[in-house]
Amino acid sequence: MFNASLKQLSLQLAEKKISSTELTTEFLNRIKKLNAEYNAFITVNEEISLAQARAADKMIAAGQANPLTGIPIAQKDIFCAKGWLTTCGSKMLSNFVSPYDAGVIERFNQVGAVNIGKTNMDEFAMGSSNETSFYGVVKNPWDVSAVPGGSSGGAACAVAARLAPAATGTDTGGSIRQPAALCGISGIKPTYGLVSRYGMIAFASSLDQGGPMAKSAEDLALMLNVMVGFDPRDSTSLQRDAEDYARDLQKPLAGLRIGLPKEYFAEGMSQDVASAIEKALEEYRKLGAQTVEVSLPNAPLAIPVYYVLAPAEASSNLSRFDGVRYGHRAQSYSDLRDMYRKTRAEGFGAEVKRRILIGTYVLSHGYYDAYYIKAQKLRRLIAQDFTEAYKQCDIIMGPTTPTVAFNLGEKSGDPIQMYLSDIYTSAANLTGLPAMSIPVGLGDKNRPVGLHIMGNYFREAQMLNVAHQYQQVTDWHLKSPV
Amino acid sequence: MTLSVGDVKRIADLAYIEIDEDEAKATLIQLSGIFNLIETMQAVDTSTVEPMSHAQSVVQRLREDEVTETDQRELCQSIAPQVESGLYLVPQVIE
Repeated sequence: MFNASLKQLSLQLAEKKISSTELTTEFLNRIKKLNAEYNAFITVNEEISLAQARAADKMIAAGQANPLTGIPIAQKDIFCAKGWLTTCGSKMLSNFVSPYDAGVIERFNQVGAVNIGKTNMDEFAMGSSNETSFYGVVKNPWDVSAVPGGSSGGAACAVAARLAPAATGTDTGGSIRQPAALCGISGIKPTYGLVSRYGMIAFASSLDQGGPMAKSAEDLALMLNVMVGFDPRDSTSLQRDAEDYARDLQKPLAGLRIGLPKEYFAEGMSQDVASAIEKALEEYRKLGAQTVEVSLPNAPLAIPVYYVLAPAEASSNLSRFDGVRYGHRAQSYSDLRDMYRKTRAEGFGAEVKRRILIGTYVLSHGYYDAYYIKAQKLRRLIAQDFTEAYKQCDIIMGPTTPTVAFNLGEKSGDPIQMYLSDIYTSAANLTGLPAMSIPVGLGDKNRPVGLHIMGNYFREAQMLNVAHQYQQVTDWHLKSPV
Repeated sequence: MTLSVGDVKRIADLAYIEIDEDEAKATLIQLSGIFNLIETMQAVDTSTVEPMSHAQSVVQRLREDEVTETDQRELCQSIAPQVESGLYLVPQVIE
């Protein structure tokens, strides 16, 4: 059961071979048994989860089931869920029981999915190893001395360790794809604007995008079918006709043109990753695809541009945490400003403070043009590179990360080394393009390698098709560390 | 560009984050490294490029000017650090 796909679980529920209450209980018991070791969940609430499961069982009995009805889904602790502690991995929100549901949570509730718990994450989604969480590090189930990646590290761990059939994540610079790669699961960041940001605690609003994390491309398609949709409460939500993201899964890949950016196959990628990626590309050639070299000349600038724009937006978004209306407030202070200063000094961790300071600086008087505007100009050049590249190919592939999962503590003292783990992923956020990661092998120390699949705007169904066809002829996505 | 400990303290002040001398010194080392990375942007000529603030060039939607939210003051204030008579309490700011 723990290895079953969403489709298999849905079928078992529909055929009454198992009830949602039983399924939910099984997963809750598994979390109870294993979470102490992995720390994938910050909050589990049996009472709410089981009440949702009982309601789902009624929906199924009444013949009102959707493919995800009754299926336990792990929710990243960045999504506000009514009645649930919603911490965003921070001390600042350690007492924040959300009074409302995020748009994404509402959509899962509407189809009768069960919230199985809130997953651990880097504080305010700022990190690539889950080590910045106030609630402790998450372990990589493939090797507990390795990081799971971040910021959606708890979500990736939960799916990989089979603590949940699927999970939600969010991706501002790689936070779905990088942990998916490091934990050997599949994850997709959709085109910016497809998944509602309402109630998804903001980090960098022009880059943040929610998306699913699961065992396979087919599961991701079912999750996207629920998660995507217009939300008037998100000012950047796109109004588009509904799509079935599973519609193209079975299409053959003959004639598919795969672009390989020469900048992504250059210095920096480790040998074990390179070799797994090359084998995956060989598999694609066997499936009838052809590979062409493309160029993204400004790709190396994605990280510096990202580390101006994301902190700038974060410094503005996180100004709301002031200890007045909710969240942490310092115990003692002399006046209002002192209360703000002490509350924020106590409530935020080191990495969050660092990014607020970077953002405050690049937006401050005299530096705005040199940093912020400069970065926005380069953001356009990076986007133009992709427009040019997609004239020569349908899909772009490369490694999701330069190396397999690094050891816990290995990079936590060196922010720049940590930032560079998002070197291949952040361009998709700057451009708003959809991108995903699927497992394609094991590298050094038997740690997973992820293949990065990038598509043009709104080509999620095609990307899922490309991923699914690979998963039909290989079994990396079925491998589990537990 | 070279940052000083004074710069770090000034930025922290702008960001309303209390910081002591030792923290400021440690932060200076890390921020300097990060800004060295950021400086690599300056190598590219962008004089003719328009800034891109957003991934999608969408027009801001407007909605009818009507009440859409119900009164949830009690619920929202139930998680506030300090409230009294339906008001959020903060230290006195007006003499």
